[in-house]
Amino acid sequence: MDQLVSLLAYEFVQNAIAAGFVIAIVSGIVSGFVVARNMSFAVHALAELGFTGAAGFILLRLSPVFGLLVGTAVTAVFIGALGVRARGRDVVVGVVMAFGLGLGVLFITLYKGYANQAFAILFGTITGVSRGDVLLLVAIGAVTLIALAAVYRPLTFATVDPEVAEARGVPVGALAVVFLLIMAAAVAEAIQVVGVLLILTLLITPGAAAERLTPRPGLATAYSVGIALLCTIGGILLSLVTNAPVSVFVTSLSFACYLLARFVIGPRRRELRLATAPGSRAREKATTA
Amino acid sequence: MQAPPAVRFERVTLSYGARAIWSDLSLDIRPGTFVAILGPNGSGKTSLLRAILGLVAPSGGRIEVLGRAPQRGDPGIGYVPQHSSFDPDLPFRGRDLVRLGIDGHRWGIGLPDATARARVDRVLVSVDAEGYADAPIGRLSGGEQQRLRIAQALVGDPQVLLCDEPLANLDLRYQQTITALIAAWRERTGGTVLFVTHDVNPVLGLVDQVLFVVSGRWAAGTPDEVLTSERMSELYRSHVDVVRVHGRIVVVGESTESGFNVEEPHHVPVAVEPH
Repeated sequence: MDQLVSLLAYEFVQNAIAAGFVIAIVSGIVSGFVVARNMSFAVHALAELGFTGAAGFILLRLSPVFGLLVGTAVTAVFIGALGVRARGRDVVVGVVMAFGLGLGVLFITLYKGYANQAFAILFGTITGVSRGDVLLLVAIGAVTLIALAAVYRPLTFATVDPEVAEARGVPVGALAVVFLLIMAAAVAEAIQVVGVLLILTLLITPGAAAERLTPRPGLATAYSVGIALLCTIGGILLSLVTNAPVSVFVTSLSFACYLLARFVIGPRRRELRLATAPGSRAREKATTA
Repeated sequence: MQAPPAVRFERVTLSYGARAIWSDLSLDIRPGTFVAILGPNGSGKTSLLRAILGLVAPSGGRIEVLGRAPQRGDPGIGYVPQHSSFDPDLPFRGRDLVRLGIDGHRWGIGLPDATARARVDRVLVSVDAEGYADAPIGRLSGGEQQRLRIAQALVGDPQVLLCDEPLANLDLRYQQTITALIAAWRERTGGTVLFVTHDVNPVLGLVDQVLFVVSGRWAAGTPDEVLTSERMSELYRSHVDVVRVHGRIVVVGESTESGFNVEEPHHVPVAVEPH
């Protein structure tokens, strides 16, 4: 504990925690929508092509954080332009991802003495972020949160009930593209903590665990943010104490949260059992008889 | 002075690509009317609702809804879409679905609002769904979900209610419950109902007007005018018998080659009186 307190005095630790805080809030909110819209594959593609962007920017001696964002944003635009319809989107994602990863391989080959930075992007670098990176991450996070707040209600409508949303005047197609861009920013952020390969631990697991805890959409979002915060900050602190990589702890913590929510806490929640009780069908018969 | 029609079609043609789905449809639907829209699959019944909602533009003619051109998000229209299911783990309750009907289309987060909450509660009671409104919506039965969809469509106090096959996938008892809910709403508010269905029998007691669409041709009028062997044979351009059994109407084609909407046999033996 004393060791932890003394660590908090270091600037690099403060940077990591500040960035982790913003990243976790963004990831927690976005992951709920990723789960509800069934977009895990798109998250994965955005992350891998974020890697391509970062590799390209390193090759040009520019900021890899910025490169990540450019990579994910360009991918989001491509996926959005080629396949807004839900059906067939996976195919488009696969097509775009395959080409983009090829580019990433090219960039790695062109750049010598590159292995360290590539490793950092693949597995996370949060304890290595500079003050400048933190400011950039906070700025990206703030813009993303503002965009999410602006579209939260119609995006929910379009996600849960697209037919009626469209009839009520919600621009369902445009929102799909806006959400891809929001995901692009969230992925670029979350890669800082857990890296490209482990991205789903922050962009799927918190939302997947939260939906096992409550049927209330607002509360589910709050739980998801809480779980993402616990995993991110907890992961950073545990990593500092043990010297093992952050992503090891973030992935373990988030998996533990999921198992706990699904098998221990969730099954005890009465409001989640309300409809699965054997009375459901019987009640229907009774009210119509 | 007479009120304008709730929905007016003036020589409307609707096309899908180069193919006309139906053409030259002219029909005035007076406020308070219950219209059953019938016809075989693929005859453009859903497209007709989408045109009224302003989601597709007719390729010819003019549609008016409540005296104005169709516009997306018209608050005067309530819409119950064709059955689609919800993920059983979706963190969303019936109450939340109904709430979307009030302000789900507006930008922003949507903060708690006591007035909106009270409206949701009232409409939940009116469709008798308050008992399961707090359960995850994906775990409810099809009939329970359909009640909530109707509550969602009614919560905005529409003047016109569009229902797309609201009785599909429901057992006979639940078909009657949903039909009764819609009838009660119309009684209470004097609203207009456009009801797409492949089987007219569950709503036969309510229907004022029938619009029957077959391969781009159409016939409109009271059920007694339209649902006759002569009119149906003319519409299908083939010999069709309309048979009345136990107060139910069965349309039977002599050949199935051209895809007749022969009433599904399982509807016939149950033969419950519509009243």
